[in-house]
Amino acid sequence: MTELIYLTVLLPLIGFLINGLFGSKIKNEKIIGTIGSGAIGLSFIVVLLILIETLGKPADQRVTIVTLFQWMKVGNLDISIAYQVDQLSILMALIVTGIGFLIHVYSIGYMHGDKGFWRFFAYLNLFIFAMMNLILADNFVLLFLGWEGVGLCSYLLIGFWYDRKFEKSTTASAAKKAFVINRIGDFGFLLGIFLIYMTFGSLNFTEVFTAANHIPVDESVVSFIALFLFIGAIGKSAQIPLFVWLPDAMAGPTPVSALIHAATMVTAGVYMVARCSIFYAMAPTIMMVVAIIGLLTAMFAATIGLVQNDIKKVLAYSTVSQLGYMFLALGVGAFTSGIFHVMTHAFFKALLFLGAGSVIHGMHHEQNIQKYGGLKKYMPVTFITFLIACIAIAGIPPFSGFFSKDEILWYSYAKGNFLFWLIGALTALITAFYMFRLLSLTFFGKERFDKHHVHPHESPKVMTVPLIILAFFSIVAGFIGIPEVFSGEGGNQIKNWLAPVFADAHSKKITYGMPSHFVEILLMVISVAGAAAAIWLARHVYLTKPGLADQIANRMKKGYSVLLNKYYVDEIYNKLIVQPIYKVSDGFLFKFTDVKIIDGTINRTASLIDLFSNNIKRIQTGVAQFYAIIMMIGIVIALFWIIVSLI
Amino acid sequence: MENNFLLTYLLLTPLVGGFLLLLIPSQKKQFIKNAGLGISLIAFVISLIIYFNFDQSKPDFQFVQKFVWIENFNISYFVGVDGLSLILVLLTTFLTPLTLLSSWSSIQHKVKEFTFFMLLLQVGMLGVFVSLDLFMFYIFWEAMLIPMYFIIGIWGGGRRIYASVKFFIYTMLGSLLMLVAIIWLAVFASNELGYFTTNLLELYKIGPNVPHEIQKWMFLAFALSFAIKVPIFPLHTWLPDAHVEAPTAGSVILAGVLLKMGTYGLIRFCLPLFPQASIDIAPMMSILAIIGIIYGALVAMVQKDMKKLVAYSSVSHLGFVVLGIFSFTHEAMQGAVIQMVNHGLSTGALFLLVGVVYERTHTREISDYGGIAKVVPIFSVAFLFAILSSVGLPGLNGFIGEFLILLGAFKSPVLNSWWYSIFAASGVIFAAVYLLWMYQRVVFGELNTNPKLDHLTDMNARELIVIIPIFFFIVWIGVYPSTFLNISDATVSNLINQVLNTPLSVVK
Repeated sequence: MTELIYLTVLLPLIGFLINGLFGSKIKNEKIIGTIGSGAIGLSFIVVLLILIETLGKPADQRVTIVTLFQWMKVGNLDISIAYQVDQLSILMALIVTGIGFLIHVYSIGYMHGDKGFWRFFAYLNLFIFAMMNLILADNFVLLFLGWEGVGLCSYLLIGFWYDRKFEKSTTASAAKKAFVINRIGDFGFLLGIFLIYMTFGSLNFTEVFTAANHIPVDESVVSFIALFLFIGAIGKSAQIPLFVWLPDAMAGPTPVSALIHAATMVTAGVYMVARCSIFYAMAPTIMMVVAIIGLLTAMFAATIGLVQNDIKKVLAYSTVSQLGYMFLALGVGAFTSGIFHVMTHAFFKALLFLGAGSVIHGMHHEQNIQKYGGLKKYMPVTFITFLIACIAIAGIPPFSGFFSKDEILWYSYAKGNFLFWLIGALTALITAFYMFRLLSLTFFGKERFDKHHVHPHESPKVMTVPLIILAFFSIVAGFIGIPEVFSGEGGNQIKNWLAPVFADAHSKKITYGMPSHFVEILLMVISVAGAAAAIWLARHVYLTKPGLADQIANRMKKGYSVLLNKYYVDEIYNKLIVQPIYKVSDGFLFKFTDVKIIDGTINRTASLIDLFSNNIKRIQTGVAQFYAIIMMIGIVIALFWIIVSLI
Repeated sequence: MENNFLLTYLLLTPLVGGFLLLLIPSQKKQFIKNAGLGISLIAFVISLIIYFNFDQSKPDFQFVQKFVWIENFNISYFVGVDGLSLILVLLTTFLTPLTLLSSWSSIQHKVKEFTFFMLLLQVGMLGVFVSLDLFMFYIFWEAMLIPMYFIIGIWGGGRRIYASVKFFIYTMLGSLLMLVAIIWLAVFASNELGYFTTNLLELYKIGPNVPHEIQKWMFLAFALSFAIKVPIFPLHTWLPDAHVEAPTAGSVILAGVLLKMGTYGLIRFCLPLFPQASIDIAPMMSILAIIGIIYGALVAMVQKDMKKLVAYSSVSHLGFVVLGIFSFTHEAMQGAVIQMVNHGLSTGALFLLVGVVYERTHTREISDYGGIAKVVPIFSVAFLFAILSSVGLPGLNGFIGEFLILLGAFKSPVLNSWWYSIFAASGVIFAAVYLLWMYQRVVFGELNTNPKLDHLTDMNARELIVIIPIFFFIVWIGVYPSTFLNISDATVSNLINQVLNTPLSVVK
């Protein structure tokens, strides 16, 4: 069964080719949608069967490499198209194909009537194809293929409505921004790959990680590797300072935001760092960098999320913030918790986006939450599922978000840094607050939309059923990672499952002293109580006392506008980086250096020669007598010269 | 050495074919076009026969043929191919019929002359790649200028005379020094061997004996003319003008094959003839290459003319090839060879596609376009595909070349510093900026109401027939590059050993 893993890559590719090449001819949305979703559904079944088979194997035999063909062989470099099926990649594959399938089905409803319907499904299938390569690759180069491939699909899908305006610019501009910023990250990733090859002489995961584990390597080299790879992760997973593309990525259709910009692609950076855990374990300084960047991003993005009014923008910043949590987990060495949060987040954030999509769909493409209100009664299924997702992300037990987030906070503390825990816990409160602000403004309170033109309605079954399924998992997915303080030694299922993947990394890392169970439970209670308080506060500010929010905003005008304008990061980048590069390229490099200096020199030389020959050509008078005289002079000189040299 | 006529047939086909075409009355345009295409296809078939009979495991020259030409000076007609030249011969014979087909409707006057010059140009290019005698090489190298000069000068745009003269003078200038160096080398050979010779294989043996100080000058004399052709910064300013003014077919051949003669020359002559100097000068060449990568990309970014943008992108892309050559690692050199092919395909495709819309709108200004995705969906897909190939998206050809080059340069013991790769890799970011930005302004957004776009129609069947084979190879190289890497593998590995293992026998 495991050998069939290539089907999970091949099926989406076939789906892409069919819809991409013939979609415009097929036209029938049902057929196109079925092909697109079917390809992913079948892939999911394959992964599920592989999971079942793998569960039957003993823990130390759960890694299988399936090689398809040799890709590049030059010198020592030997890269194959080969897939590594192990605990980590199976888990990721389940998330990608499972949630991917639900979002495909949802899209049949959401994209209904769009003239690019076939194109949309083709791109989505291509995305899954690239993503599967990313998570299943058994070497860095194939991983990179998937890595850039998902970036391409992200580009295509953000710019899907290529003729539309988006905020101050266009969707095309947002798409390009995403691609270029990701390329900055990819640049780092590539350098990491080069250094790995130079150090270990291979780019194959098994060979490289085994070597790293056994051969003594200079810590500074490993630190550079870890840092370069992390730059790649920062780009793809939208961390400070490269997070600016993700909020703009919301220009794409909402299912895209759910699938690519929340549940799967943006977590690729987390996956990659986790996959390379051994390097990080060997480079404690870089681990610290990862943790701090993650923590700062989590906090920073959450504060922006507080005041945004576009429903998708709030969710986008929330995603950036949650990704920050995942890096915090990786940075403190809690690799399993990071991946666990990838999974729970995939469920509730996909649900939030799809719910938002359902609201947008029902509200005739209005995205401003100030123009919503009281939608609860119009779209009950959307409301209930959205509520579940909000509770999950707020970290209220026993919903899934609680388990993963709390574990991250706990390890941040246990790592020995109270400040990490404090900022992390504060961020959790902010998160709970802005999520319930969003929920309150959307589903409760006064109806603030124009009832004559807008008729809110519940979405069709093809959209609500995926919501219900995702809601179910948002509730229960946490149970596979119940903390050992409750479930007893060895009771945390996901930790047991992933243990072999991170065994080497854990053996390298300095183990930290475990504070008592009492502290663990105490911290847990504090953060849950805090979240509950934040929820109450959000309802108080936005429902019980409407107008209070505006008063606060007015009183703190400066702070409010800084947050509303996202700390002006885009503007700063534009002024400090984009504009200068353009101006220098245009004014100095092109118009001055290229045209004036280089070309000018050459043209001047040419005209000098021209001048010279213009004068010298006058000798060619065509008068035979003149030529004869010149000849005579020449002969005289020659004779003279010969005579002189003879004497 | 066996005497094999295949390469001679390959040279004679377009040569004889071209002159026979001259006998046909000019009015029979369609017949001339068909005949030209037929002749170039025959040449392609011959090159395929050579490919299939080529032994990839051997680094030596194969299909060798030799006739004494000027006996007193030991100058002969001497041809042969190794992996490096074969792959470029294939690129040439592959692109020529496509460019002829692409000019089907854009070239309307003097069709006979155009076809003749294109075929003659092919003879010149093939001659450069198969010559194993320096004297003969030089003749082809110079001869090839003439048809190109006329192609730009007769069928070019508004400033065609300026561009063609600039192209001619620039290249001539470089070649003169090379001629001096060739003669010097042959004279040096007569001291070492006792007889004057321009036989490349014999010169390979004595080249490394050239005293170290002189070797540097020899290297530079050769390299100057190659550097102009590549072009290496700061010798590149002829290229944008030549590209902008040249007709589409000229641009495709110029970018696809002519520029490769520069990098080919570096590998074929500079490295093995003057190994010690090559290693000494490698850092300098690599720095120029990197300046070219970044400079070319930044200047491409601010261009307002699509063709000029693609032209500057060539400066950037060829910088990668030069870096690959002077890294002296197996990975990087193989990357350089495959990147020569890649650039020919992807930049060739870009020029062809710009030609497609130019033929309909008569404008190449980016700002004249906008939102054409709705009007020309097939073109938009094809254009994006060519751009993705050019930005080095994994799975397509460009990635293989750039990745191998950067990987090899990073670990190169000769360059011995990460910085080369770090700076060069930044070109990967800029490539995405300038190409996607152009794409966005041309294809995306709301449809530009410019009346010039009124006659814009999507690609026709003939244009698709031209572009699809190129795309086919773009994917093939990206997914299964071994087919192509294997051709040059033995040659490259042999060359690297040859250069790196040169004993330091020469007095410093």
